[in-house]
Amino acid sequence: MLKNISHYFTYKLLKLEYGTRLGDAIDFFIYDTLKIFLLLSVIIFVVSVVRSYFPPEKTKRILSHKKEFVGNILAAMLGVVTPFCSCSAVPLFIGFVEAGVPLGVTFSFLISSPMVNEVAVVLLLGLFGWKIAAIYTGTGLFVAVFGGLIIGKLKLEKWVEEYVYHFKNGQEYDIAGQAFKERLQYAKENTVDILKRIWLFIFIAIGIGGFIHGYVPEDFLVHYAGPGNPLGVPVAVLLGVPLYSNAAGVIPIVYALMEKGLSIGTVLAFMMAVTALSLPEMIILRKVLKIQLLFVFAGIMTVTIIAVGYLFNAIL
Amino acid sequence: MEIKVLGPGCPNCSMMEELVKKAIKELGIEAKVDKVADIKEIMKYTMSTPALVINGKLKHSGKPLPGLEKVKKLITTEV
Repeated sequence: MLKNISHYFTYKLLKLEYGTRLGDAIDFFIYDTLKIFLLLSVIIFVVSVVRSYFPPEKTKRILSHKKEFVGNILAAMLGVVTPFCSCSAVPLFIGFVEAGVPLGVTFSFLISSPMVNEVAVVLLLGLFGWKIAAIYTGTGLFVAVFGGLIIGKLKLEKWVEEYVYHFKNGQEYDIAGQAFKERLQYAKENTVDILKRIWLFIFIAIGIGGFIHGYVPEDFLVHYAGPGNPLGVPVAVLLGVPLYSNAAGVIPIVYALMEKGLSIGTVLAFMMAVTALSLPEMIILRKVLKIQLLFVFAGIMTVTIIAVGYLFNAIL
Repeated sequence: MEIKVLGPGCPNCSMMEELVKKAIKELGIEAKVDKVADIKEIMKYTMSTPALVINGKLKHSGKPLPGLEKVKKLITTEV
């Protein structure tokens, strides 16, 4: 169906000749754009409806006083569906700790939330296929569970700023429950909101696939982080740590890197490092965490992500 | 009327403030708009920012931001 639309547009409306390089490129571009925006709209809408049932307040209640491990797994999964603005990381952290959510479980949530989300999954699905999308989601959740477990086991509560434990909970206000119609409205607004913020990145990513394909010369990245270099994964991860972007923003880079011949494990590790570890988030979290805990957190994440990258390069 | 925009100061929070100011202007209502960045103050109401408190009542919290019409409605119900 979509193929017909893009064929029609390319060869009938634009009157491009069939089988030419330009014709193919435009055909491919239109097809991919339609496919990805359709996928994005549908999936973001569905996820938004699910999300409306999991406001942070509810997630906090679910996770409160949960045991480790089970708690970590739940937290990683709730991180995917609970909406939160990165600017509310501090109130969220305090709220969780105060409600008795274990520190490691809180971290599992904070790690998975920016890294695994519907936008990342849809884009990987649309551009690289379901296998890579599934692998990214699976390992993203694994990294979140594992990172949180380690932080929990190390008993680092002493490195949380003292004042966090003395927070007096004011009365918590709940916004009244929503009718299903309101949830649909919310989902619609959310879908439009997200699409508005990411459409440009997606065009860039698809454009790279359609037009730059084959024209971009191999450059130093492949030399230093290509498949032949055993240090490729750590180099990509260490490059990714200071960079910060959401999943949509990093996708064009990921696509370009794949085009230039970087191996899949290296690229996925890079994407995880960019989304999960960021300097601005660290600075925000510094308000509630002592610097030692931030270093431990960054260290555990870096090592885990590098390990995941090597694993994929070995098995894929 | 007392309106508070809660948020530690991110782009979303400033957008919320702009929305509220625009809504007040269009409605022609007298209201005091405060931006609250103090974490203790924020935590009295919610843990998801940006949030909107009108006359001491939490009216909106978290993402996505409400639209201009929704903000107007929230304000008019408190007049």
